[in-house]
Amino acid sequence: MKTVSSLLDEHWRERYQKISKLNIRSSIYDITNQCNLRCKGCFFFSSGEHKAASEEKDIKKWETFVDSEKQRGVNLAILIGGEPTLHLDRVEVFYKRLPTFCATNGLIKVPRDKFPDMMLGISLWGDEEDEKILRGKDTFSISSKNYEGDPHTYYLYTITPRQIGKTDRIIGKIQDVGLKVHMQLLSNDEGVDGFFWKPKELSKIRQEMDTMLDKYPNTVISSKYYHEIITTGMMLGWSFGWKECPSVTEPLDTRDPKPKRLIHFIRWASDLKAMHRCCTSETRDCSTCKDGAAHMSWVMVNKRAHMRSAKDLQNWIEIYEMFAKLYQFIPW
Amino acid sequence: MPEEIDRIILRVAQVMIHELKLEDVTPETFEPDVDLVDEVGIDSMDLATVALVLQDEYGIRIDEDDYPKLTTVRFISEYIQKKMDK
Ligand code: SF4
Ligand code: SF4
Repeated sequence: MKTVSSLLDEHWRERYQKISKLNIRSSIYDITNQCNLRCKGCFFFSSGEHKAASEEKDIKKWETFVDSEKQRGVNLAILIGGEPTLHLDRVEVFYKRLPTFCATNGLIKVPRDKFPDMMLGISLWGDEEDEKILRGKDTFSISSKNYEGDPHTYYLYTITPRQIGKTDRIIGKIQDVGLKVHMQLLSNDEGVDGFFWKPKELSKIRQEMDTMLDKYPNTVISSKYYHEIITTGMMLGWSFGWKECPSVTEPLDTRDPKPKRLIHFIRWASDLKAMHRCCTSETRDCSTCKDGAAHMSWVMVNKRAHMRSAKDLQNWIEIYEMFAKLYQFIPW
Repeated sequence: MPEEIDRIILRVAQVMIHELKLEDVTPETFEPDVDLVDEVGIDSMDLATVALVLQDEYGIRIDEDDYPKLTTVRFISEYIQKKMDK
């Protein structure tokens, strides 16, 4: 029987043991339907999810709800929206009860006296020009001032095809403000012209992401295997998509047969009753979905499939470590 | 009874091999004290799959909260035996 010891040397075994018992079980929560931006291609607005439910305003109900989520076995709350920082009282309910990650556009500074170590991921959609086209303003100039040098914050850089050849400058800017960066790819839910991925561009950006990881190893939180999977949609010869996706809301999962390896994932709407189909847009075509977290989870739930060889298992470890770092289960 | 626990160990190993499609191992060669997470690479989803079969077979309930304790075939077998005795 192939065992971890038979595949890994001591260095990799130690790395494996640091993550092997984490059993991260995340769910996603829409904190609000409002946002202080309106980005083109934001799945939340483009698929009408902001109208799916009316926000729960009673903070006591949020408290009871988060307690029940904890009971359900959730050990990582991922807060999205809209813009969660518009309702910090709701954010605090999660933060006091669970390991919490908050996705933000970084325009509002989260007070660190109240949330000293809450992990924040600031969305960034490219350079100044692309940010203006897609988001109406250059958010980096504001968010980088708000969070310069913050050890619990990183940029979630959504790369578009127009960013090919430009990522170096952006990552350099992020390094200069003392923050980390994780890269993902735009799925272009609103079909903005010039932002669709073509196969050639995907292989180019894969190379570029690899180069960035080599050039900025202390700034870029990523792995080459992740780059491969996100750009090819393939893992160990299987294709990513609806049939395989682990980020489907469990009670709404109509797949038959259901994948065996699921983590009781739910994405809750802001009324704390309605649910959305998955971690991203209700209307997104799964065959072109580039969601980074869904791809990472897909790898993470398939550990034993990666015990084919030492290299495969090391690839799995690197992706799990990356995820665990991004949500602060292990240090940078 | 020692025979009883040995029988359970063999059966747990068998279920594990069958459900998780483990290769190059038989119930007889499955080392009952090997760490399932650190060595065999089993995760909580694998354990849930195995637990489902064992629960039905032995008419017991395996609580998810107990999964962290069930780290070897021997521990799982002793857990089953204890629950059956209750
Ligand atoms: S900041 Fe985020 S939630 Fe707000 S519109 Fe942009 S992508 Fe959507
Ligand atoms: S759109 Fe993406 S994340 Fe959602 S179910 Fe499809 S593949 Fe999964």
